[in-house]
This record gives sequence, C-alpha cells and structure tokens, in this order.
Amino acid sequence: MYSSMGNRGEKLSPLKLAVVQYGILLMMLALTAGLWRLQVLGADNYRLLAEQNRVRKEPVLAPRGKLFDRENRLVVDNYPSVSCFLVREQNRNVDNDLPLIARGLDLDVEQLRATLRRYRAAPGYQPIPIKLDVTPDEEAFIEAHRNELPELETIDEERRLYPNDGFAAHLIGYVGEVSEEDLNNPRFAYNNPGDVVGKAGVEETYDELLRGQDGSRDVIVDSHGREVGYLGIQHAIPGQDLRLTIDNDLQRAAELALGDRNGAIVAMDPRNGEILAMVSRPSFDPNEFAVRINRADWNQLITDPDHPLMNKSIQAQLAPGSTFKILMSVAGLQEGVAQNMKITCSGGWGPYGFFHHCDEHHGAVDIHNAIPFSCDTFFYMLGDRLGIDRIAKYATAFGYGQKTGIDLPGEQAGLMPSAQWKMKNYHNRWYPDETLDVAIGQGAVEATPLQLARIIGGIASGGHMVRPHVVFPDQLPADFRKALPESFPGSGDAYIPIDPDNWNIITAGMYQVTQPGLYHTAGADGLPGIDFGGKTGTAQVMSHEALDKTTKGTVTRPNVWFVGVTPTHNPELVVAVLWQNGGFSYYPARIGARVVAAYVEKQRRLAHNLVPVKTAAPVEMTAVWTVPDSASGARAATGKQDGNPSPIQAGRFLVQDGQIVADANQQTTPALKGHDFSRAVKAAQRTRALAPEGQISRMKPAPKADAPSLRVLSGARVGSHEPRPASVNPSATPKQLAATPTTASGKGQ
Amino acid sequence: MRRFLSFRDFDWTLLGIVLVLCTISVLEIYSATLHTKYIGFHTKQMYWIAGGLVAMFVFAKIDYHKLIDFVPWAYGVCLVALVAVLAVGQKVLGARRWIKLGPMHFQPSEWVKLVLILAVARYFANLGGRSLTWKDIFKAFALVGVPMLLVLKQPDLGTTLTYLPILVAGLFLGGINVRQALILGTCGLALVAGVWTSGKLLKPYQKARLTSFINPDNDPRGTGYQLLQSKIAVGSGGVWGKGAAKGTQTQGDFLPIPHADFIFAAFGEEHGFVGAFFVLLLYFFVLMRLIQNAQTAADLSGSLIIMGVVAVLTFQIAVNVGMVIGFMPVTGIPLPLMSYGGSSVLFTFLALGAVMNVRMRRFVN
Repeated sequence: MYSSMGNRGEKLSPLKLAVVQYGILLMMLALTAGLWRLQVLGADNYRLLAEQNRVRKEPVLAPRGKLFDRENRLVVDNYPSVSCFLVREQNRNVDNDLPLIARGLDLDVEQLRATLRRYRAAPGYQPIPIKLDVTPDEEAFIEAHRNELPELETIDEERRLYPNDGFAAHLIGYVGEVSEEDLNNPRFAYNNPGDVVGKAGVEETYDELLRGQDGSRDVIVDSHGREVGYLGIQHAIPGQDLRLTIDNDLQRAAELALGDRNGAIVAMDPRNGEILAMVSRPSFDPNEFAVRINRADWNQLITDPDHPLMNKSIQAQLAPGSTFKILMSVAGLQEGVAQNMKITCSGGWGPYGFFHHCDEHHGAVDIHNAIPFSCDTFFYMLGDRLGIDRIAKYATAFGYGQKTGIDLPGEQAGLMPSAQWKMKNYHNRWYPDETLDVAIGQGAVEATPLQLARIIGGIASGGHMVRPHVVFPDQLPADFRKALPESFPGSGDAYIPIDPDNWNIITAGMYQVTQPGLYHTAGADGLPGIDFGGKTGTAQVMSHEALDKTTKGTVTRPNVWFVGVTPTHNPELVVAVLWQNGGFSYYPARIGARVVAAYVEKQRRLAHNLVPVKTAAPVEMTAVWTVPDSASGARAATGKQDGNPSPIQAGRFLVQDGQIVADANQQTTPALKGHDFSRAVKAAQRTRALAPEGQISRMKPAPKADAPSLRVLSGARVGSHEPRPASVNPSATPKQLAATPTTASGKGQ
Repeated sequence: MRRFLSFRDFDWTLLGIVLVLCTISVLEIYSATLHTKYIGFHTKQMYWIAGGLVAMFVFAKIDYHKLIDFVPWAYGVCLVALVAVLAVGQKVLGARRWIKLGPMHFQPSEWVKLVLILAVARYFANLGGRSLTWKDIFKAFALVGVPMLLVLKQPDLGTTLTYLPILVAGLFLGGINVRQALILGTCGLALVAGVWTSGKLLKPYQKARLTSFINPDNDPRGTGYQLLQSKIAVGSGGVWGKGAAKGTQTQGDFLPIPHADFIFAAFGEEHGFVGAFFVLLLYFFVLMRLIQNAQTAADLSGSLIIMGVVAVLTFQIAVNVGMVIGFMPVTGIPLPLMSYGGSSVLFTFLALGAVMNVRMRRFVN
C-alpha cells in the first residue's frame, strides 16, 4: 500500500553483495598499499622533498673589502643596493608577465627575453639577475606587485662605490659580473653565474682577498615564498680591506698635473717599489662597471682611439727617447768607455752613410755634460763603441724588455732589441747603424712609464732595483704573498752594483737637467730648495698609422717623456711622465716637477706637524762625504763637479744621536768615527729638510775646516709616525750590516 | 500493519563510527586552517555536522516508500534547478554551480545525487529483478545521463563522475548479464576515447588535470603541483606522522586546500601511516555496515537505495584518497565525512538518513 511496487520479498542476491564487499576490500587494500608505498617505503625521500620545499638557502652576500690609501684614507667604499632577480619556478606564465616587468623596471622587453634565454638550461629555481641596483621607484613597483609577479625577488647587496671622477681608476680597476668565458677559467672555479668579480687593476689581482666568502641563511618559507622564520645562518666572511701604497694627495696632484693630456704618470718610491701615484689618461668612471655597463657606453670605451681602459702607465709601450741615455751612461761608465770620451758635437754623426742628427751643435761634450745637454752625438758615438750587445746586456739587466712584476694585471714588457733578437724575428743580422738609433732610445726600443720609473729610480739609487707594487705586502696572507711573484713574473728586486764614482756622475748629470743655466732640456723646471733631477725624452712617432696622418697635425707630434727623481742621490721619489704627442720634452718635465713639488711640500708639512720620536732609533743613511782639507769637498756637496770626483766618498751608515754607530763598509769609516754629526742633523731639522727620522735633502757642508763634512743623501722612509727599523730599507746591504750588533736590534732602545 | 518505529532500530554502531570520523574531520580542519585565512572553519563544520544529524533523523522518519513515490517530482525539480543554474547561476572560478537563494548559496548538483539514488532504486526495483533488456538499460542511461550532461555543462566534472557509480551499481544489482556488461564496457571505453580526442567536450584544464597525475613533475606549478605536494605531504608523514598541527606541508600552505579536498593528505602528514590506515579502516567498517544493512532491508528498493549510497561513498573515497596518494587525477571530489563543506556534509548525512530509514523499516511486513 505504500507503493506501486510489486517486488515485495524480492531480495538482492547475496552473491552480488559479496562481490561488492570484496570489491570494496580490494579497493581498500589498494589504497593501503598506496599509503604504504608513500609513507613507509618512500618516507625518507618525501621528507627530504618536504624539507626542500620548506627550507630555502638564501645567500648572505659578503661585502667586498674596502680600499684605503697609504694613510688609511678611504678610496673605494661599498654602498647598500637592491637587485631584482627572477625565479621562473615561482610562476607558470613568466613569459606573459615580461612586458609588465619590463615596464615596471625600465628594461627592454627583448633584452629581458634574451636574458631569460641565456638561462634556459639553468634549473627553474635559480634566480636570474634581471636588474641590478634598482631605484626606489622600481623597488616600490616590485613590492606592489608581489602577488601578480611572484617570480620577482629582491636581494640586498653591497655595491662598489668608486671615486667618481676616474681617480686612480686604472690602478683600482673595476668589478663586473663574471662572464661565461671567465667561468671556464680556473681562477673563477668557485664562482657562479651572476657573481661579481674584479675585472681590472687591484680589484682583479686581489679579487680572492677582496671578495670574502658569501654566507647563507636557511629560511623557512611557505608556498608563496614568504619567509616565516629561519633555521640557521652561516655568516658571510667580509672581504679583506686592503691598504694601497698610493698617497691620495700625491695621486690627486698627479691627476691634476696631467690634466686632460693623453698619457700617464707613475710616481714610485724607488727604495721599496711602493707606487705613490699612478695616472693614465684618458680615464673612465669605474662606477659604470659597478652595476652593469650598458652596451653603448662599453662600445664607446673600447672603440675610443685613445684607449681609456688601457692603463698606459704599465701598458703603453713606446720608444723611451732620450731617457734611455741614463742607461747608456751606466753602460758606458761601467764598461769604462764613457769616462775617456771627449767629443765635439757638430750637429750629428753619420759614420755609416746615413747622417744622424743632434738637436744642436753642442761643441765639446763629455760624459759630465752629455746628460744635461742630452747630446745625441755623444750617445751615437758611445753606442757605436759599446755595440748593441753590450747595450742590450745592461738594458736587459736593468729591466728593459721585461715586465717589472707589478701586482697589476696586463703589464707589458716593452722591447729591448739585440742582434740575437733581430736574427730571431727578422732573420737578418744587426747593422751597426741601427745601434745609433737604439743609443738615443729610438729604433725598436720600447718601454712603459713604469719600467722607466723603476730603471731610472734604481740607477739613481746606485743599482738597487725594486719590484713595484700597489698593495702593502705585509697585509697579505703568506701563501698569497708567496704566489704573487709567480702570478706576476718580472725583473723584480735586483741589485746591480754601480760604481759610486759612476753613480755620482750620472746623478749629478740628472740634477743639472732641471737646473737653470747652461743646459736647457728642462732647465726652467728646477724647483728652488728641492734637490730634484731627471731626464727628459722625445720620441718620434714612427708607426705607420701615424705616418699616414702626417698632414693632420697633432698625431705626428712626438711622444714626450720625463723621468724625475728627488733627491737626486738615492731618491725617495721617482716620477715618470708620458705625454703622447706632447711635442716638447720640457712640457712633461713641468708636469713631473709639479708632482715632485707636491710630494716634497707634503713631506715638509708633515715633518712640521709630526711629534718627534722620543728615543731616536738608529737611522740608516747613505751619504757622500769629503775628507777635510780637500778643496773640492764643498763643491761636490752642492752637486757642482769639475770632472775630478776622486775625493768624494760614498757609503752607508747607521746614525744615532749624531754618531755613526754602524757602517756597511768598515774601511771607509775611520775618517768619520768619533765626530759628532748631530749638528748637521739638527740644522737640517730646523730647515725642515729632515724628517724626525733623519732625512736630509739639502745641507750645507760643515763649517769647521778640520771636521769631515757629511752630506746625508737619504734616510729611512719619511712620513711614518713611528720609528722604523733600519733594516726595512731595501737599499741596505743587510748581510754586511747584520754583522754589527747595533743593527741586529734595529729598533730604538 | 504499521509497526511501531523505534530509534532502537536505528544503526547506532554505524552512527558511532561516522561520528568518530566527523570528530577526526573537525580536529584536522582545525589543524589545517590554523595559519590560514580559513581559520575557524572547524566550528562551521561542527554546525554543518549538527545540521546534518538533524536532517538525517528527520529524513529517516519519512518512510522511504513515500520518498520513492515522490521521486519523479523531485527528479523534475532537479532538472529545472540544473537548467536554472546554467541560466542564472553564479559564476565562481569559471564554473556556474551555485544558485543564490536569499542568503543561502545552493548547489543543486549535490542534491541531484540523492534524488538519483532514489530514482535509480525505484527504477530497478520496479523491474522486479528480471533480467534486463537493452530497452531497460537505455532507459536507465537516460535517467542518469540527462542530469549528468547538465552538470557537465556547468562544468563540474567531479560531480558528474559521482553520478556514474549510481548507474553502475543499479545496473549491476538490477540484473545486467555478462554479455551486456561487456558490450557496455566496450562502448564506454570507446566513448571516453571519443570524448578525449574530440577536444570539444572536455575543457583543456580538465584534460590537464586528468593527465598531470601520470607525470606531475612535468608541470610542477600547475595541477601536477597539487598532486606532487600532496604526495610529498603524505609521504613525509612517515609511519607515525609529524604530529597534530606540525605538518610542514599543511602549515606552510604547500598543500592545496588542506581542509577540503586534500584533508586526507593533511591528516596523513600529521598522523602518518598509522593514522591514515585507521581512517581507511573506519571507512571500510562504514561501507561493510551499509552493505549489511542492504542485506537486511525489507525489500529490493530499500536494498538498492542503500547500495546506491554505498556506490557513491565508495567512489568518492576511492577517487579522493586515490588522488591524494597519486593514483588518480585531481577531480575536486571531496572525501565524505572528512572534507570541509556544507553541501558535502549535508548530502552524506541525508544519504545516511536514507540508509537508517531503510534499516528502521527492515521488519516491516
């Protein structure tokens, strides 16, 4: 009665229900098996995956080491910056978002696509850098589109901040993103794409120390990548700060002195090879590289005919011109040839059919006035007598044709021709006529400004050659310091003894170059009150491209050089100036003089301000002296020589409280022993020519006729606030000095 | 003639197991929504369960024979409602599934399930257990097929598929023979293949869902992502689980909708193989208990009603758990008694009410 059904009593067959029951049992077993597979057999694997889901390793970027000048003044700093990365796996339709991203971040869509294409092979979770150093506006855009553009991520970074006018740009170098070719280089074995590495200058050489070590943070995130906490942190190890050898003041003076001229300046302390200033023109702004230089700017930099990226102080290989005559003089004197040459210059010489010109008719010339006259005729003849092989022997020994081994990448070796070289490269014998060109620094001879600074500074120091460097080695890890000479092979430290007599002739000649009077290669550039010498050079531009443009003006003007030293004997500063197509050699001499003046003035200013060291340490000094009752003594001390230098003697001493306490060369001392030189030292201090540690640059001879007159030519390094052990000076002869007990202690008592 | 009906005849054992499952559900919803915007959904679920219980008791009171008499009308209303959804329904996430009636959101496709169970039971009970002719079979297909097509049009593939087991159970229990079954099976396969290749009947996202479970790593951010995260959640739970509210996949929002479709994954992560197996066991008891009730039913229509419920529940459990452990594609079918959701809870309790209804009247006549 409840329904129309006529099926009362009908039942489902138990068999069918049993089939259903077994079916359900089977299904449950299958599901259980599935659970077993995941939760029991695969548990470890899935636990790992869950952990990877949850925990993301985020890099903590190490700040790059800062750079300071020699007085610990900041040169290169870092600044905080935000960079934008794209993580493909965080969004399915990255391609659709690209136009929006490009608009928001002020990028080119095609360029953005190209960037993504480059990373196509990389895993989806790898962040792709799409814009470095975003502006606050762009950062706001990223923040505002967190939900629409989950693929965008930002990372806080420290970025390089360089002096903004290209100050010391070539020396410092720049950083940039590691290129794909670089990644194959073992030097970048530990780098990942997108890493910032040093690409030039100090940034490149010391990249390993400067870059530090990135840390990481294990961040717990949810599925949207939102940070909800973190598990652990491995702190970044900041890069090491480095103290450069450059002096900001001198660097600035050198930058201003060179101005916009195409060329280079190197200022070096020839006693230890510390580079005090290094300028190359034209320059560039390394800050453009600190983010990512745009293509147009880059193309402009690399196509500029004046090569702004080239560090001309170590990479410009040009004929040294007359500056080569210093080396010629050394060779001539050491070989005993030049002393006896008395020639008459009548405007040139041409023994092999081709007449080689001299600038003027100098008349009677010998080795004493050949350097200040820069008489070509004299050096043609000297070169002819020496022959190319002897010239090449000396030149190579002093470092021509070899890298100096400075700790900067890309140094060039220059070129020193020889008969052997010509046979090897041109399969032809050497003609004696070619020697004449070489003798005046033309022909095939090529040198860099740094080479000239090292060679001429070394010759003025009596043959003590040094390895130039721009970073104080004492702050480097031992293994890094040990590896440096291997990474930057070169002539390095060397001692090529020059006979003191010969040394005096050459340094006196260099002093005359800058003095007003008879000679006028750079006669107007002497600095009153400063013992300043040097040598100019003029080198014809010989290249074919230059010859092609002979009618077009400045290109054909010769490259001009000046290498100056102060003081003239055992200098503490050598300045090499190159002005490409500068015209006249007294121009660079003036530039060099400005750098020297800036240096000396600073030393004097510092000397005035410094607190004197209380207990005087023994100070090493190199001096010339005259024995009493020698008539020529006074003249020798003022640098005016009359061709008879025999009464002048030279030596090295340790002086303490006015007394000579140790002597490198025992037999020269008796004449000086027991005399008090404190008067001379104090007099020099009063005129501020002497730093507290005992540097005297100019001094009058002792007034009493019966006392030996001592002229101290150089002492310990100037400008330091602390007494320095005497043995630090590399120009010392440590083995001999160590024989006396006083030097062994070295430090002040 | 009418025997006094007592709630002593109610299946309290079944209700007990069901309530255990509901408790687990509420606790897991609480845990899974703890750090999400869905926080507090466990209370809502408790209201739904309470409402479901009331509805179940009310539904059990009405004699199922009356319900079966009433079914043709209900069936008609369902068709109208489904058409209405297509015409004036609210579009949510690209699908029209809801009708707004005053403050209530109403999803007719859930109710259609219940009506279809009754309608199929009535149809096959009327045939009286005789062997089926092709005409009977086609009528049964039409009965289920019309609402199926309407729901598919919404589109709601998941719900559409849940109608199918009702038909299959009806045919199987109603007396289809082996030959007919084989022919139908072959036709069904051909139809599936046809639909798949035609490219018009299935939306691309539906296809993607169906294929991505085979290789979820192909599309780690798409539908495959959900499957992968679900497997990671279940697998990382291990034997003993990570502990309540400690599932990193669940709490870190890696697991999609962990309180609804993927609640079993959340539970599996936090309570491990032991917990998940326990829940499966409970479901097994529920289903076995239902089949037992079908055996003791007073008549064929009662048995068929219960078996219809069994078919729907079994299908939903198999598809949902299968999806969670990576056996099945993502179809959006909730896990009965566990997943959050008013319609699902109400349907399940009403279906159980229908079962109770039949059981209470097992001694009639």
